[in-house]
Amino acid sequence: MHGKAIIALAVAAALGLSHAATAQTQDELKSLREQVRQLDRRVADAEQAAIQASSRPAGENAMNPAVSVILNGIYSNLFQDPNAFRINGFVPTLGEVGPGVRGLSLGESELALAANIDHHFRGTLIASISSEDSIGVEEGYIQTLSLSYGFTVKAGRFFSAVGYQNQIHAHAWDFTDAPLANKVFLGNQLGEDGVQLKWVAPTDLYFDLGLELGRGRQFPAGPAGGRNKNGVGSGNVFTHVGGDFGTGTAWQTGLSYLSTSPQDRAFDDPAGTTNSFTGQSRLWVLDGILKWAPNFNPTYTNFKLQGEYFRRKEDGDLTSGTSAKTGGFASVQSGWYLQGVYQFVPMWRVGYRYDRLNSGTASFSAPLNPADFPILAPYSPTKHTLMADWSPSEFSRVRLQFASDKSRSDVTDHQVFLQYIVSLGAHGAHKF
Amino acid sequence: MKTIVKTAVALGMPLAALPAVAALNVFACEQEWAALAQELAGDKASIYSATTALQDAHRVEARPSLIARVRSADLVICAGAELEVGWLPLLLTQSGNAKIQPGSPGYLEASQFVPKLEIPKVVDRALGDVHPSGNPHVHLDPRNIGRVAEVLTERLVQLDPASADTYKSRGNSFRERWRVAISRWEQQASPLKDVPVVVYHKDMSYFINWARMKEAGSLEPKPGLPPTPAHLAELVEQMKRNPAKVIVYSAYNSARAAEFLSERAKIPSVMLPFTVGGTDKAKDLFGLFDDTIGRLLEVVK
Repeated sequence: MHGKAIIALAVAAALGLSHAATAQTQDELKSLREQVRQLDRRVADAEQAAIQASSRPAGENAMNPAVSVILNGIYSNLFQDPNAFRINGFVPTLGEVGPGVRGLSLGESELALAANIDHHFRGTLIASISSEDSIGVEEGYIQTLSLSYGFTVKAGRFFSAVGYQNQIHAHAWDFTDAPLANKVFLGNQLGEDGVQLKWVAPTDLYFDLGLELGRGRQFPAGPAGGRNKNGVGSGNVFTHVGGDFGTGTAWQTGLSYLSTSPQDRAFDDPAGTTNSFTGQSRLWVLDGILKWAPNFNPTYTNFKLQGEYFRRKEDGDLTSGTSAKTGGFASVQSGWYLQGVYQFVPMWRVGYRYDRLNSGTASFSAPLNPADFPILAPYSPTKHTLMADWSPSEFSRVRLQFASDKSRSDVTDHQVFLQYIVSLGAHGAHKF
Repeated sequence: MKTIVKTAVALGMPLAALPAVAALNVFACEQEWAALAQELAGDKASIYSATTALQDAHRVEARPSLIARVRSADLVICAGAELEVGWLPLLLTQSGNAKIQPGSPGYLEASQFVPKLEIPKVVDRALGDVHPSGNPHVHLDPRNIGRVAEVLTERLVQLDPASADTYKSRGNSFRERWRVAISRWEQQASPLKDVPVVVYHKDMSYFINWARMKEAGSLEPKPGLPPTPAHLAELVEQMKRNPAKVIVYSAYNSARAAEFLSERAKIPSVMLPFTVGGTDKAKDLFGLFDDTIGRLLEVVK
């Protein structure tokens, strides 16, 4: 009896143990199966990855820079003769300030190449091909990648960091043409040959400081192409502060000061004579930009407000082509614009811009006669511009723009532009 | 005098706003990578995410505030595969920060370390905003999070060797918890197998592939282009022939197109968090998958 009990107990114990052992083995088996299954999937994935890797492009052109092309075409309907275009009260800048030709035309085509050169430098070339078949270097610069502490150096030809709009390529403008202030103070768009040093502060609030030393190859410097001298022909210092308000508004404001000493800067008066200026030109630009999108998601709706104020002081000697006499000349002139662009549904935007210039005070000293400089007679041009555009994708845009332009003191020009702008190739990144 | 002091204080503000002195400043392009960095680095890093779950990472402005953050970053972690091509290159070149340039240890593209889906055979913009390197929304396959976690841990150790032990132990702990979670999610998601789903954008492909669901269409006529009435009408017709079981859209998408199709085709639509912060429950990466699977099961069952 006793023995039986012991045997039964032993059997029960053994059974229990083996039961536990089986359970343990089953657990292990389960986890092993799980691991095998996961491994299986990983192998399948690895195979897939290998296939994908093998399909990558190889060969000499795998190192090609990012290439993109901008095409644009325009239909212009201008009430006044564009060949007689001028902005009264201001020195003609010899830039592409006019409204262009009437009728159908090809705008400027752009070809952009960009790539990292090595671990120190990045290179960018943007060539513009005009509809008159001439090729120009719009920008061609190298930029450092490996300087630390927030420093970058740019060298070559680049759009000067004077004001806000000047640095933006025409294809990314919100209106067909530049604001009047950019036309009279920067000759439409100032591209300088030179060096730019910029420092970004190590703060959460964006703050930068920069210095540009240039050749002085364009208005407001002179003569066109730059002076025949060593050293520096123009200098620009700039600073920006920027940040966010809440969770939908980003802002930036900037101040820049451009100083040059033009020599024999010539301009043709509409009367047909050529005058020239030698002296000092100093330009202050205050700019501000505000962009709003709900939750910083601009896909559905967004709004952009942009404005700049320009103030220029020039003094020196002016030579009149009419009287062949030279005398002292000084002027203080200003101008501003404010524009808003609203995307109300995906793909569709509307915008309005108001331009105003103030020819300010100009003083001519003897033997100059102000009557010999009819274009500099006091006048304050204004312009209203309305536009609507449709962008079926990130890469194409069709725009209709109306403007009422009082650049000329005697007539108002009503301008209608219908324009397409598209980009092919590499996906560009746009500055804020 | 008081005014001068006040002005001086105001001018000094930017300096006072200097980032806190955590060992590492991490700049993440998207919430999922910020959350992963948080799991792996804990309080050893100060982490900033450039976008929220309510933003579309394709369309982000290179805002001054972002340049300022990249300027001070020791590590930039982004999805890559051309997702941020419209804004990240500008932040990098404008920042004047050598540490985070592509090719440096401080620059990490998550999608490089996972097998990518939907690598196009033909690259043509007529097909929409296609990504030549493949679909960049890799984080919605939980196994990819595990893969990137390994790489990220290595990078953290490399960039901040002083805290190597912390990163390694946090990395091991995370990967173990993640492995367990994946097993759980695989079981939970088993009813989703072969379920046909209509997506808004192709940002769910990795989840669909992992859960072995079937993509039955997308509200966007082509990747990156907003839904059009003509395309939606076509989808309604298509749903009559081959009905999908669910329409999904992400927290950053408008609900309108999904609701339109949902009403016409009598198919339930559901908003998914897409990334950390997209819903209240998607507080971290674990919550992201719990909630994504949970929301799908609710309508699929």
